[in-house]
Amino acid sequence: MTQSINFGFGQDETMLRDSAAKFFSDNCGPNKIHGQVADNPDVYRAIESKWDQGLWKEITELGWTAVCVPEAAGGIGMPVVAAVALAEEAGNAAFPSPLIATFNATFAVRECQSEAATKLLGEIATGTSATLAITNVKGSWEAADTDVSANGDTLTGTAYFVQDAQKADVLVVSAKTATGVALYRVDPTAAGVTVHADGIIDLTRDQAHISFDGAAAELLAADGAEALTKAMPAILCITAADMIGSGEWLLQTTTEYAQTRVQFDRPLGFFQAVKHPLVNVMLAIDAAKSLTYNAACAIDEEPETALKLARMAKSAASDMAVFSSSRAVQFHGGIGFTWECYVHLFFKRQMHNHILYGDGKYQRAQLADLLMGKAA
Amino acid sequence: MSETGKDTAEQAEFRTYCQKWLAENHPGQPPVHIPQGALELSDPAALEWLQKWQKSAYDAGLIGVDYSEDCGGGGKTDCQTIANQEMQKAKTPFLPNIIGLGMAAPTVYFHAQEGTKQELLQKLLSGEEIWCQGFSEPGAGSDLANQQTFARKEGDSWVINGHKVWTSLAHFASWMILLCRTSKDDKYNGLSYFAVPIKSALGKGVTVRPLIKMTGETGFNEVIFEDFVVEDKYRLDDVGAGWKVAMTTLAHERGAGPLTTPSAGGQVNEKENGASIGSAAALIELAKNSYRNGKTAADDGAIRDQIMQLMIRQEGFRQNQRRIGVKALNVHPMRLPLQFKLVATEMNQDIAELAYEIEGAASSLYVNDENAAAGGQWQLAYMNSFGVTIAAGANEIQRNILGERVLNLAKSK
Repeated sequence: MTQSINFGFGQDETMLRDSAAKFFSDNCGPNKIHGQVADNPDVYRAIESKWDQGLWKEITELGWTAVCVPEAAGGIGMPVVAAVALAEEAGNAAFPSPLIATFNATFAVRECQSEAATKLLGEIATGTSATLAITNVKGSWEAADTDVSANGDTLTGTAYFVQDAQKADVLVVSAKTATGVALYRVDPTAAGVTVHADGIIDLTRDQAHISFDGAAAELLAADGAEALTKAMPAILCITAADMIGSGEWLLQTTTEYAQTRVQFDRPLGFFQAVKHPLVNVMLAIDAAKSLTYNAACAIDEEPETALKLARMAKSAASDMAVFSSSRAVQFHGGIGFTWECYVHLFFKRQMHNHILYGDGKYQRAQLADLLMGKAA
Repeated sequence: MSETGKDTAEQAEFRTYCQKWLAENHPGQPPVHIPQGALELSDPAALEWLQKWQKSAYDAGLIGVDYSEDCGGGGKTDCQTIANQEMQKAKTPFLPNIIGLGMAAPTVYFHAQEGTKQELLQKLLSGEEIWCQGFSEPGAGSDLANQQTFARKEGDSWVINGHKVWTSLAHFASWMILLCRTSKDDKYNGLSYFAVPIKSALGKGVTVRPLIKMTGETGFNEVIFEDFVVEDKYRLDDVGAGWKVAMTTLAHERGAGPLTTPSAGGQVNEKENGASIGSAAALIELAKNSYRNGKTAADDGAIRDQIMQLMIRQEGFRQNQRRIGVKALNVHPMRLPLQFKLVATEMNQDIAELAYEIEGAASSLYVNDENAAAGGQWQLAYMNSFGVTIAAGANEIQRNILGERVLNLAKSK
């Protein structure tokens, strides 16, 4: 099987991307987001989830959450690259919302193949937000690792590092059963569910650990580990796309600064000590971008290669995320080191995404096992 | 291919033709050793076999496809890329007249006088006449405009004196594209550009001498001009317009010019499993079969990570070439094309360097030792890799170009 030359970016996908770019530039420039999420620099500030629920409602009305929900479940059924394009624009705007978390949950629920799953997908298509609660206290990204146990229709235990948990309407929870790991739907406001918000560095999202104490749960898939494994390429692509969007913002913003800031009677960009690393940031973004489109396209068109290609994409994007954000702060000089400069919003988002679902080193270790066999 | 991945009617018809011709006319396995690329050609027998192949592909209409018919071309639109794809797929040998096809032909086509381009292009495209490039000088490397070779006008002719270096293929070349100075008053506007017949002037104002590379191999040359007389009809564009003409050459060299360079190949570079010297995938096999620090290299976590980094870079490079063809996925039209040379040459250098490391203590053995791993080819490849990170505008210059033309940063000169 081979992929289409255009990565699956047809007219619909390109139009969707362009309309998203316009939506973000019209509604939430970095100035507005900074005012909203960075109003209190106090290191020991109270933990709060700050986001614009009105904008989120507009997004759901535009149908963005329906993009990758299959038509049979009431969605639009576009290819994964459509969600990748939206995630890239969201990253470019450092947009605080449950969009990315909902995409990731969508891809997992799509693999569940049950009536309950189809029903949840239909709700997501009409604007219900969701997030995955699938990580244990040790930060394992393996589908089979969870600190939550199922007992019939109730869950007990704690899920960690849950993204945008305070914004999500629905939790998709992995839990141990007698036969393996299953996926469940849980209402975060139900009795026996406690969302403990984490104090995190990234200002453009929230995160929590969530404890379950006999909380009511609805089974989505008995073999949840398999569903998560199948969804992992898409989750990696979405996370990579978010970083690519942020990386491009950091590149363009730092480039503008290097064009205008003058020292030694020259714009900073004259100096090769600045020019060459900025070019290196561009090279890193472009490789990560092409790899991400390639992997996302593979999910629909060449699924047997998708996991390998997605690990490549996430590795390249994670390393780029660290590099692009470090160079942006450094080349902005003193101002780049301050709270008032918007660069820190993107820096922090990049450093958060870089780790999620495994950083570059983790992806390459997995890839090496896949391509070389395990080390002796 | 077009953006949707579909051929135009002309392309589709031509593709079918190419496939049919290649199926019936593949030259087969070479009877002599063929080096890794045209720039390493030193055996006249290898050149002769490759020239025969280029001539047959030219006669069949697979080379110079988009050039006009009066210049010996095929007169088609955007069809060279189709022939290239089909020649790649058919794993044909490479084309030996690489500098002629990639740099001289488009420059002559766009800048030579009427009559002259008709005279020169057909034998260039057919490979009957090999071309070389006279740009670099002892004092003009990265600072290419610092040309000292001087052309003095005498009657209807030019008298040329000077010294060119790093001239690949000059030992076989009939012609050279020559950048030189015609005025000392202005650095850039004092340059002019010629296509000069060097083979017919050997011993009559032209001397070609081999230079020895750090590997011990030959492959490139220095060329000395002493009162070398050239007719005015071989001047390209106006006197003083040399820099502008050189930009046409360099744009095509970087794969960023309007004409697609004919290219074939893959025969000698690819083994059955797709892993060969120069490919990151080959590092896996090498690591499984190499010992370093007393252990199998493939079990070393640091080596595994680095091999994967290069596999990822190689795939990223491949996917960038795919993305270039999709207009909607390019923010700036030159952003990816101008990265090609820089990214490809650094990647290949790092692949060869890692292979060197993987081989551990045995990496010390060279091609003249029968116990050398992979015949010492990786060591050779690593040293040769500097040829291309330096040539065609050192990669430091490539970074300037990207920073200035794509990111609009202030010029570093």
